[in-house]
Amino acid sequence: MDNVITATNLTKQFGHFTAVDQISFEVERGEIFGFLGANGAGKTTAMRMLCGLSKPTSGIGTVAGFDIHTQTEKVKKNIGYMSQKFSLYDDLKVWENIELFGGIYGMNDQDIKVKTDKLMYELNFEKERNMLVASLPLGFKQKLAFSVAIFHQPQVVFLDEPTGGVDPVTRRMFWEMIYKAAENGITVFVTTHYMDEAEYCNRVSIMVDGRIEALDSPKNLKAHYSAKNMDEVFQKLARKSQRKE
Amino acid sequence: MKQLLSFVRKEFYHILRDKTTILILLLMPIIQIILFGFALTTEVKDTRVAVLIPQSDEITTKLVERIHASSYFDVVNTIQSSYEIQKTFRDSQAKLVLVFENDFAAKLKHDGIAHIQLIADATDPNAATSFTFYVSNIIASYQQDMIGTMKNPYQITPEVKMLYNPQMIGAFNFVPGVLGMILILICAMMTSIAIVREKEKGTMEILLVSPMRPIYTILAKITPYFVLSCINFLTIIILSVFVLKVPIAGSFFTLVIISMLYIFVALALGLLISTLTESQVAAMLISGMALMIPVMLLSGMIFPIENMPLPLQIFSNVIPARWYISAVKLVMIQGLGFSAIIKEMLVLSFMAITLIVISLKKFKVRLE
Amino acid sequence: MVKCIDLHKSYGQTIALQGVSFEVNAGEIFGIIGPDGAGKTTLFRILTTLILANQGSATVNGFDVVKDYREIRKCVGYMPGRFSLYQDLTVEENLEFFATVFNTTVEENYELIKDIYQQIEPFKKRRAGKLSGGMKQKLALSCALIHKPTVLFLDEPTTGVDPVSRKEFWGMLKKLKAQGITILVSTPYMDEASLCDRIALIQKGKFLSIDTPLNIVNQYKNQLWAVRSMNMSKLLNDLRSNKSFENCFAFGDSHHVSIENKKLEIKTLEEYLLKCGHTDIEITEIQPTIEDCFMEISKDTTL
Repeated sequence: MDNVITATNLTKQFGHFTAVDQISFEVERGEIFGFLGANGAGKTTAMRMLCGLSKPTSGIGTVAGFDIHTQTEKVKKNIGYMSQKFSLYDDLKVWENIELFGGIYGMNDQDIKVKTDKLMYELNFEKERNMLVASLPLGFKQKLAFSVAIFHQPQVVFLDEPTGGVDPVTRRMFWEMIYKAAENGITVFVTTHYMDEAEYCNRVSIMVDGRIEALDSPKNLKAHYSAKNMDEVFQKLARKSQRKE
Repeated sequence: MKQLLSFVRKEFYHILRDKTTILILLLMPIIQIILFGFALTTEVKDTRVAVLIPQSDEITTKLVERIHASSYFDVVNTIQSSYEIQKTFRDSQAKLVLVFENDFAAKLKHDGIAHIQLIADATDPNAATSFTFYVSNIIASYQQDMIGTMKNPYQITPEVKMLYNPQMIGAFNFVPGVLGMILILICAMMTSIAIVREKEKGTMEILLVSPMRPIYTILAKITPYFVLSCINFLTIIILSVFVLKVPIAGSFFTLVIISMLYIFVALALGLLISTLTESQVAAMLISGMALMIPVMLLSGMIFPIENMPLPLQIFSNVIPARWYISAVKLVMIQGLGFSAIIKEMLVLSFMAITLIVISLKKFKVRLE
Repeated sequence: MVKCIDLHKSYGQTIALQGVSFEVNAGEIFGIIGPDGAGKTTLFRILTTLILANQGSATVNGFDVVKDYREIRKCVGYMPGRFSLYQDLTVEENLEFFATVFNTTVEENYELIKDIYQQIEPFKKRRAGKLSGGMKQKLALSCALIHKPTVLFLDEPTTGVDPVSRKEFWGMLKKLKAQGITILVSTPYMDEASLCDRIALIQKGKFLSIDTPLNIVNQYKNQLWAVRSMNMSKLLNDLRSNKSFENCFAFGDSHHVSIENKKLEIKTLEEYLLKCGHTDIEITEIQPTIEDCFMEISKDTTL
């Protein structure tokens, strides 16, 4: 098996509080992996550890073949990251953002130029190339942010609630972009509060109180919990939560 | 009234829970006073002295020996002509030059009087004051000893001349300066930041969509910083009187009155800034650039206004700190009464009223 | 309770609202549903007297939003889009502060907020900034209710909140409605529409439709089929390349295909998909959701 992400008993404690409690899972190359959980279940903390931003208290994890304890710099070079909150610089133009992030990931100028042209064509963004990101509609921004996150062809891309507040049509176009990225071999690790989006994932894990309570394909999960959609599965699992904060 | 009180209490919670900021605000005046006060040291150990003696004689030799023997001074150099005095200072060879009169001993014997000129480098005015004072003392004591051995009363007159800083800007002047700066900083900058913070955090939206009257919001924001300013005012005064020994020559009451007035001007300025900006960073930058720098450079705190080019002198008139510092100098240092600062009072009152009217007019009951 | 006539608002070049008119009846939950940037917040700010419209008029509780803004501020409750309480004050202090701001006390209206506040009361000594998302939301709602408002404006109260907390939140709104409070709530989550009495779909500063969720669904003019097969990604491409559909979108575990009435038989589509090499094909006619309707209605205005 070609696993791009592995986690074995990954744990993170803040003082006496165990935010992430011995989670173990693998994500295969090219998979779209949905990472669900209620607010405060430990999703963000787990994601931070995998991105090399936070050191695990115990347990082992590898991302793109690199250890998240000791090789954080290499991990960061091989992943892309996009969140709803921070994605692009509003006061830079579209191409400037692309150039900046391409540069940050050490791509050479020629590559950046060629790929920018290609990307602008694919997104049908040629008109907007010289616009400030601030002046783009939200849907455009999210699509652009995703393209920038995978611009350097990372092995894995982490998406933290990428579609929050986006209109339904753009939301679907966004997921089609995710599919395309997955077909090109980029592994997608995504969190979302839209349960219909959970159905688009190859496999879904649901975190409750810092532990992974369920991990399977949406189809199997629904069968197992005899639910008619992922929302029901989620409601059934998340209601078990003992955590009151 | 209950609304206002509860609002003020809330403001105090904010300030007291932000430990770093409150610590900085309370320590800043102390640190500034200490920095200004002790960087301009009054310690005059081993001050280097040069002497210019046209004709060496018994008395000049004894005097120089006596000065050299004191722990305060080192006579390091004997210079030949008055042309060398400037050079001596410029090369930092000495801080003080003693110039003896021609035929010193002879004059003393015949006329009963002789002069010594004490030329001091007053770039550090505190030090210059101290060491010229010490030298004068040594000369006086020598004179006392001589009276015992000789029949006629002799008089050696030291004449003091300060170079580079004849107005002696320094010790006495930075206390008013620090007062002017700290008060404007706390009142204007902190008030504006406190109001803008509500805008930035979105809480202003809820406050606006409530029956709370905007004037209450303003008063509640101002009160804690008013209290803080009073504490800082007292800290500075206490430090300056007891640590730096800069006494309040005039009436403390007058000083308080003028300070309250100045605080009002500063608060109104802070209010105005808060109505013009949308983010804490912008409020900070505006108060920093538009208030701090002019206050430091153009208020007379560091550079005397009389020495500025005319355009800057004219510009300095709109800086509240200029009037406040001048009034504090008159009251605190020169010991003048209320009548001496009427002009300053009027100017500051005018500024306070104008600013308060403008900022109240500008204060929005809506978000835009 | 709330009435708007032809509201327009723009910020410089950006047009936020272009002619919005609607009425909200006393005691109903009125949902304003649309994506970010559609103009929901602008509309709420005009109604809560925070900003002025460029054109048009609005009344809340019979008071004009421009002239009688003081009166309106006494009787509405408002919960802005982002968490707008004092993070450095405790739960209790926040609640008490807002009570006095609205000239009342916590005790006076405790009945109204009891259900909600009791859930966070064990943490009343904790600073608001240290609460979890769901609890912050409960505290914010308690603060917005503390003066027993007649109209409650909730701007995207459930954005970024997990599905369980969202369900709880809507449960609370139902109880408030039972107490006679009129509620205007905006949300980007289309699935919440069915929980409102009436909804307005908003896109690019325009209302696309105002009606009960049921009527909006009934007005859906096309047939809608849910299509499934073994390879969903390929299925979407194959469906898209067939020109006989109005449109086709991924919808959870199936793809929704809308077809002009009677234009196509299910059997025909099945045959087409078999030809494309799909297995386990499953096609069922379904009731549209609000999201289907939104996409259908907004088709002309989307990018």
